[in-house]
Amino acid sequence: MSAMLQLPLVVTAQVDLVLVLVSLLALWTRLSRLSYPNAVVFDERVFFIDDNGPPLDHMILALGAYLGGFDGNFVWNRIGAEYPSSVSVWSLRVLPALCGALCVPLVYLLTLELRFSHLSALGAAVLLLLGETLIVQSRFMLLESVLIFLVLLAFFSYLRFHNAPTSSWFHYVWLLLSGVSCAAAVGVKYMGLFSYLLLLGVAFLHAWNLIGDQSLNVCVQCVCRVVCLLVVPVLLYVFWFYLHLSLLNRSGPHDQLMSSAFQASLQGGLSRITQGQPLEVAYGSQVTLRSSASQLIPCWLHSHKENYPVRYENGRGSSHQQQVTCYPFKDVNNWWIIKHPGRQELVVDTPPRPVRHGDVIQLVHAMTSRFLNSHDVAAPMSPHAQEVSGYVDFNVSMLAQNLWKVDISNRKVESEVWKTILSEVRLVHVNTSAVLKLSGVSLPDWGFRQLEVVAEKLFKAHGSSLGWNVEEHRYGTSQEPKDGEAELHFPTHIDVDRKISFWAKFLELQWKMLTVKQEESEHKYSSAPLEWITMETNIAYWLHATTNAQIHLIGNPVSWGVANLSLLAYQLLAAVYMLRRRRGFKDLPDAVWDQFVCLGCVCVGGWSVNFVPFLLMEKTLFLYHYLPALCYLYLLSPALLEHTHTHLLSSVTHRRALCVCVSSVLLSVFLSYRTFCLLTYGSPELSANQLRELRWRDTWDILDRRH
Amino acid sequence: MFSFLMAKEECISQRNKTEHSSILRNRKNIPTSLKTSQAPFTSVSKDKISQTAGHSSEDDNQSSNGSSAQLFTRRHGESPVKVLLLLVVGLSFSTRLYKITEPPHVCWDETHFGKMGSYYINRTFFFDVHPPLGKMLIGLAGYMTGYDGTFPFIKPGDKYEQHNYWGMRGFCAVLGSFLPIFAYLILLELSQSHTAAFISAILLIFDTGCITISQYILLDPILMFFIMAAVLSMVKFNQQRYRPFTASWWFWLVLTGVNLAGAFGVKFVGLFVILLVGLNTIWDLWRLLGDLSLSLVDVAKHFLARVVGLILLPLFLYVTIFAVHFVVLNKSGPGDGFFSSAFQSRLMGNNLYNASMPEYLAYGSTITVKNLRIAGGYLHSHWHLYPEGVGSRQQQVTAYSHKDYNNLWLVHRQDDNNSQSGSPDLVRHGDIIRLEHKETTRNLHSHLHEAPLTKKHFQVTGYGINGTGDTNDLWQLEVCGGRKGDLVKVLRSKVRFLHRATGCVLYSSGKTLPKWGWEQVEVTCSPYLKETPSSQWNIEDHINPKLPNISLSVLKPHFLEILLESHIVMIRGNSGLKPKDNEMNSKPWHWPINYQGLRFSGVNETEYRVYLLGNPVVWWLNLASLGLYLIMVAVASITIQRGFSLGPKRIEQSQVLMRGGGLLLLGWLLHYAPFYTMGRVLYYHHYFPAMLFSSMLTGITVDILLNSADLLLQPPYSDWMQRVGQMVLLLSVLYSFYLFHPLSYGMTGPLAHEPGSTMAGLKWMDSWEF
Repeated sequence: MSAMLQLPLVVTAQVDLVLVLVSLLALWTRLSRLSYPNAVVFDERVFFIDDNGPPLDHMILALGAYLGGFDGNFVWNRIGAEYPSSVSVWSLRVLPALCGALCVPLVYLLTLELRFSHLSALGAAVLLLLGETLIVQSRFMLLESVLIFLVLLAFFSYLRFHNAPTSSWFHYVWLLLSGVSCAAAVGVKYMGLFSYLLLLGVAFLHAWNLIGDQSLNVCVQCVCRVVCLLVVPVLLYVFWFYLHLSLLNRSGPHDQLMSSAFQASLQGGLSRITQGQPLEVAYGSQVTLRSSASQLIPCWLHSHKENYPVRYENGRGSSHQQQVTCYPFKDVNNWWIIKHPGRQELVVDTPPRPVRHGDVIQLVHAMTSRFLNSHDVAAPMSPHAQEVSGYVDFNVSMLAQNLWKVDISNRKVESEVWKTILSEVRLVHVNTSAVLKLSGVSLPDWGFRQLEVVAEKLFKAHGSSLGWNVEEHRYGTSQEPKDGEAELHFPTHIDVDRKISFWAKFLELQWKMLTVKQEESEHKYSSAPLEWITMETNIAYWLHATTNAQIHLIGNPVSWGVANLSLLAYQLLAAVYMLRRRRGFKDLPDAVWDQFVCLGCVCVGGWSVNFVPFLLMEKTLFLYHYLPALCYLYLLSPALLEHTHTHLLSSVTHRRALCVCVSSVLLSVFLSYRTFCLLTYGSPELSANQLRELRWRDTWDILDRRH
Repeated sequence: MFSFLMAKEECISQRNKTEHSSILRNRKNIPTSLKTSQAPFTSVSKDKISQTAGHSSEDDNQSSNGSSAQLFTRRHGESPVKVLLLLVVGLSFSTRLYKITEPPHVCWDETHFGKMGSYYINRTFFFDVHPPLGKMLIGLAGYMTGYDGTFPFIKPGDKYEQHNYWGMRGFCAVLGSFLPIFAYLILLELSQSHTAAFISAILLIFDTGCITISQYILLDPILMFFIMAAVLSMVKFNQQRYRPFTASWWFWLVLTGVNLAGAFGVKFVGLFVILLVGLNTIWDLWRLLGDLSLSLVDVAKHFLARVVGLILLPLFLYVTIFAVHFVVLNKSGPGDGFFSSAFQSRLMGNNLYNASMPEYLAYGSTITVKNLRIAGGYLHSHWHLYPEGVGSRQQQVTAYSHKDYNNLWLVHRQDDNNSQSGSPDLVRHGDIIRLEHKETTRNLHSHLHEAPLTKKHFQVTGYGINGTGDTNDLWQLEVCGGRKGDLVKVLRSKVRFLHRATGCVLYSSGKTLPKWGWEQVEVTCSPYLKETPSSQWNIEDHINPKLPNISLSVLKPHFLEILLESHIVMIRGNSGLKPKDNEMNSKPWHWPINYQGLRFSGVNETEYRVYLLGNPVVWWLNLASLGLYLIMVAVASITIQRGFSLGPKRIEQSQVLMRGGGLLLLGWLLHYAPFYTMGRVLYYHHYFPAMLFSSMLTGITVDILLNSADLLLQPPYSDWMQRVGQMVLLLSVLYSFYLFHPLSYGMTGPLAHEPGSTMAGLKWMDSWEF
């Protein structure tokens, strides 16, 4: 102790002042006047309503909101709607803005890790700092900036790990950080997956070289990498879902996309009705049958007093029996009673006799007492299939064919009992071996535009349109079906606790997220991927309620051009180098060549993986999908310039010329930032003349409010 | 028969073991003699057929196994390759040509391709989404075998009766029979192992799917023939690398090019094999570039030779195919409306062929208006309204490619509706007109609602009744490049219709409307006034009884223009084949697991049923060996990278595994993975080219796996194990073929899920529909 005090207490700190300065500037550009405009901007709406991404993004936004005291009662419904004064807009927007600001110092550090100079690092940071698209995108409740931050962080920490001396165990922390940020990136947006795969590829190449190095014991190293970059991210990704599901345990507007079982496990909604239902379907049960077709609209097997028209519009005839349809709303006409073919009673015995797989049943429509029937008559809209009707005996030698065999398709054992909600059942018509099916076509006016139900031979029909499950269920107690009507209006009551496991929920949610198709429609501001490179279109985010002040997503045209040029230049240069190396001319020393290749892998590779997949996607795409790819190009440009400066230009005059060029380009970047600032921060008001001057390209849509 | 085959197999494998290394050594020295003997494909193959016929009758005479074995060993001594090859040829042709004429009715897509073959015989112009070579060959085969092109091919199930259909089927089956032979030869080149080659040939020969798809009038056997031929000649060409610019080097290079043109000329799927050959060539050139003993001039020579052989020559052949196509089809037919007015004027029987109509557009005329974008349709309307939520609920206006009465429009002045007596006035540039739809008497109308698909444009509707509407019905007609007062020439003037009230221009976006719009093409009014073909139209038909008809000569289009136009029409047709909502759509992941087949013929118990489904044993084996291959390659490359010393045998095996197997894996990927990104409707049979590559990969994988038995066991036991493995494989393939052969050769009677069916108990997956 005393020995220690003999030494002077010295704190030696090295502060990179440039880095600090750049960070401060970044914070200032991203955070100043954050709560303006005090209205919903473009996609902010979508993010609180739409549930079509992985869950972490919503949680991040919700976290910000929660910290700011937001009570979750504001309904995002219209672009331009004013936030009420109780909502702290600043706290809602601060997290994305912070991430966006932190991207700037991160790029600085990343350039250093790619082993380029501080000057290049400054260049990259400035390009990012003055990239107007990035500023706009990070100032609102949008997640691209978070995604970009996480992806850059992942690459930075991976390169830190790779460059660190291998002796200490501490550098594995960087690897772990890289894995964690990858998982977070994928959790924020599925786009993060592209960068994650690229990182895995780079890591694989490094590991492959490691294996070739016979002086090392590679086993431990490889295992560490696999754990940090593969196992940890996957586990974390699952963990996001776990959080998501345990936080969101109430039912909400997107319930109906999910299966009945999933819904029943949420508080409120369906579970309010279904809890307390009997589990086993028995003879005499009163049930509603929901189609498990994977369409957006749920519907239930339905019948009503109307009959099929004797002749359809196209002249075909029908059986003129009672209509059976699928109806997308809860209705008392959706109730059916399960009857044993050999007995007359419509009540449940004590003890109940459960229906099992393979049993033959009849279904009686509770309100009209008609039997569910099918016969060799063409269905109204799908003439290749059989009509399904509620049987009416017109005495025209059309016998009732109302026996149905219960076929539980997700059974675990033969003779499994038919369970409420859990069992998916096919109803096979005994006489014709056709299966009850939702055809998905809506009937014309005579059928009240409800959905058509047909019976089709099994081998023709497929998939989920055949399956039905019992959603609401009660045991019938009164003898006469007419008395039963009263029963139908009261909720049922027997407690059966059924919870589906987390894994089942996770898989279902994941599957739905990947398969639910958004309607492909063009949006006024949507654009094609190839238009992004030339920035053909912009996106108008917000227009002031009375004046011409407006916010647009428009890139800084100069830095955009610089980015495209450097991409082209790198590819040309790489091609020339490779061809020359192949012929035995080594232009670059090995260390520099490695640096050049690494730059290409990260930047050009990053650009391609974040851009090329969009060319193949059939989705509505927007300019902001290009931003992650753009960031890689901003990273590339200064590094490439440095490479040119040190290795390609030998004479002093050339180097000076380059310096002059670079500084003039930087100046014009700044000038164009100044020009488009007006559209970035949405103030001040603009005159029509100014607007016209800002419209540099004919294809840009700049709004003009004419009074 | 089984024991007999077993005996053959046994002696073959035995011989392989003893002579394996010697053959390898020999091959290096003798390839020329072999190659030249196989070079003229077609003539030799015919000889082979006759030889096989003789050979099989010889087999029948052999009663005891022993003597036949002796016979074979003797033959092996003479020319070992030939005997196995003859066996493959014989089996391949006999399985494909067996029951070729059954069922005697139209099966599945025969209704399309047979019909198109007939079109060639009748020289009638038609439109199809595939390039013409396949259908031309079918037509040619039919023509040579006496089919007269009169059978209408209306729908599947129609009886052929007296028509000569066997020629066309036989032609396809013969091409299909070459697939196992090619697979054998390719693998022989890639792996130098007869066992591997024989395994993959056997897999293909006894695959029910390959048999079925080869037996009917379809494009697939022709396509696969060219694909495999291209791969074979590419592999042969690779073998010639040490003797560049010799005659055989040029021969294989040119043959590769020819086959590429053939593959691409049958279906656009041929593009994938072009990619495969292209990647292989780039790799080859890269290797040459790295060879510092070659001067840059030599490298340039190599490069130019490949450009000529693999790019220019196929391109020339491909264009020639189209030239023949257009020369042969010179009569008007069902495909006319897809093409521009100028194109149609080439076709005999079309109303534009030596057209005669009033020369200048006049008021009161009945006209059709065609969009000038390539493959643009006619301005069209019909008695259907836009659905709710799509702009206003007024009558739809679309662009439609077929000729139809609903394409007719009347030209009116802006105010009066009556046609005055006397000679009608002519329409001039800048006039304001009204277009009335003849059938529904609605006016062409636009307003400030967004268009159904292109949200940046305005909606175009039909509005008003009996020609009375409002000011939104007025359009200003402009001749492109014209001045005020210019007359509008029918057919030759490009015109634009500018909407008076909003200033937008009538535009065809080329997007297909959903079901409510009958999948016709959207027509909008675009506020962006740039002159593009999408906003330009021409007057195609022009009927005005009061004006004299004058014979018009339309500018005949240049051949290259026709070529470009027909390609864009084809591509648009292909991408227009969207899956329908209620239709079962096959997904790419279904294919390798043989999830579901295609019904070629017959549904009911009483009908003659043929079902396209791969032999499940073969397909699942392929799937398993794909995984196995990846594991084996990973193990091999890690050991090499780590620098473990390996024996010469292992090194050679891993070379084969990485080079040969890598090529085949790449082929499989290129023919399979792109389907995941395709939006068009997909079918099970799209997988068959990929399946060929997969089967060849199985040959290599299984052969090397069995050869590596000595890693586990001591020499005598490992040889036994290898032999047992080969036997088990052969027998299981044969037995499964015996079980599933009714799928290809037809079955009647009850369906498989009922007892008493020939296929009872064989419905291993619920999704199979036989």
